[in-house]
Amino acid sequence: MPAHQHLDINSVSFILAIPFFLLIILYGIAVIKSNQSYRQWPWYYTACWISGNVLCLLAVAGPLAEASHQFFSVHMVAHLLLGMIGPLFMVLAKPVTLLLRSLPIKTARKVTTTLKKRPFHLLLNPLFTTVLNIGGLWLLYRTELFTLMHHSMLLYIVIHAHIFLAGYFFTASIIYIDKLHQGYSFQFRAIILILALAGHQILAKSFYGYPPSSVEKMEAEKGSMIMYYGGDVVDLVIIIIFCYQWFKVTKPKRYQPHSV
Amino acid sequence: MNPMNIESISNSFINLHSYICLEFKHSGKIEEIPYRNELILIDSPIKGEHKDYQKNITKHSTYNLISGILFGLGLVAFIDEMVFHQLLSWHHFYDQSTTKIGLLSDGLFHAFSWFATVASLFMVADLRRRNSWWKKRWIGGVLLGIGLFNLYDGLIQHKVFKLHQIRYGVDLLPYDLVWNITAALITIIGIIIIRKTSHSQSK
Repeated sequence: MPAHQHLDINSVSFILAIPFFLLIILYGIAVIKSNQSYRQWPWYYTACWISGNVLCLLAVAGPLAEASHQFFSVHMVAHLLLGMIGPLFMVLAKPVTLLLRSLPIKTARKVTTTLKKRPFHLLLNPLFTTVLNIGGLWLLYRTELFTLMHHSMLLYIVIHAHIFLAGYFFTASIIYIDKLHQGYSFQFRAIILILALAGHQILAKSFYGYPPSSVEKMEAEKGSMIMYYGGDVVDLVIIIIFCYQWFKVTKPKRYQPHSV
Repeated sequence: MNPMNIESISNSFINLHSYICLEFKHSGKIEEIPYRNELILIDSPIKGEHKDYQKNITKHSTYNLISGILFGLGLVAFIDEMVFHQLLSWHHFYDQSTTKIGLLSDGLFHAFSWFATVASLFMVADLRRRNSWWKKRWIGGVLLGIGLFNLYDGLIQHKVFKLHQIRYGVDLLPYDLVWNITAALITIIGIIIIRKTSHSQSK
């Protein structure tokens, strides 16, 4: 990667960090509002939300983010935090459920009907979110985009926002933590999940032999293995949650004891 | 046992049951009285399943087999990664001669086996709660899965796609022979067990 930087790291970090701070504050306000009219919002959801946001913050600002401009391997660690681990924690925090609980009933109903409409509904389609997520990765690393990103502030911000959002919506469309709609079948989501993992791992392994533009071979090899094994671990967690949800839904009913 | 005897016993039981239900209804403790016939139809506390284990495993014999095969695929992929990649360092993460289709095949198989390991174990849990886990047939499936994956890995991925070789800097022939013959043997043992369990099913 080029040693001379054409973009101001501090201001980029600042701009990318603001949304995550805001999200933590908004969640806190929503928890207080929700607790006024409903049962206590469980503390572990709040803990998930804060950890998810902090992990994303680590990826976009601070020493890790600075080093990621220099080293491809560190960039991959940041990529895992921003695109996979952070979003997973945030999905587990049930933000949409909390939002609906904290709003007045009328507004909450309006939000639900809006979420069922087209552009939002598309974000719950696992096929669409996979193309957004994995397709975006291939575009980033297999074209000149990765080099250009380190020279343009706007591009850098847009790409990082995309990595986070695509990661979030992909996770949310595979494991249903916020129950918003009827949903897609387990079979369909399982196939998509396998294909998405395969797309991720093929790209990761290919860095070993074919480094992305302007990345040195040694760094590409390290980054490749971090992306491959890191992706495996996060996806294992997603797979276990996914299968556990299947196990709960398919639970066979039992006859009532008094009729036996 | 004398059929007349059973009938009289069950009849008296039904009568007793109805009486108790009626009593409960009067006292307002339960709202619905179950139908008389329900007593005879029910033979298992789990809806849709038999009480008889033999009938259950016959009904779910394919389910048992699929779960076993998936677990075999997942298990062997895991062992391959742990033992040959990490512990022995015989396999390489990437080999310069890897073809593009090799990368594709490796990625797809890796993702599938990763999913299969978890999914197959949840399937076992599902079979167990339905009182239908047929261990012998399941193990037959596991062996078939292990054997088939290793044959695919040893013949197609190592040799045709040149993903990586079993070991580097040695004469490969004995390694390839041991690998593939073992895989073939495991496959055959798996098929024998599966055929045996299919046979006892028809009895």
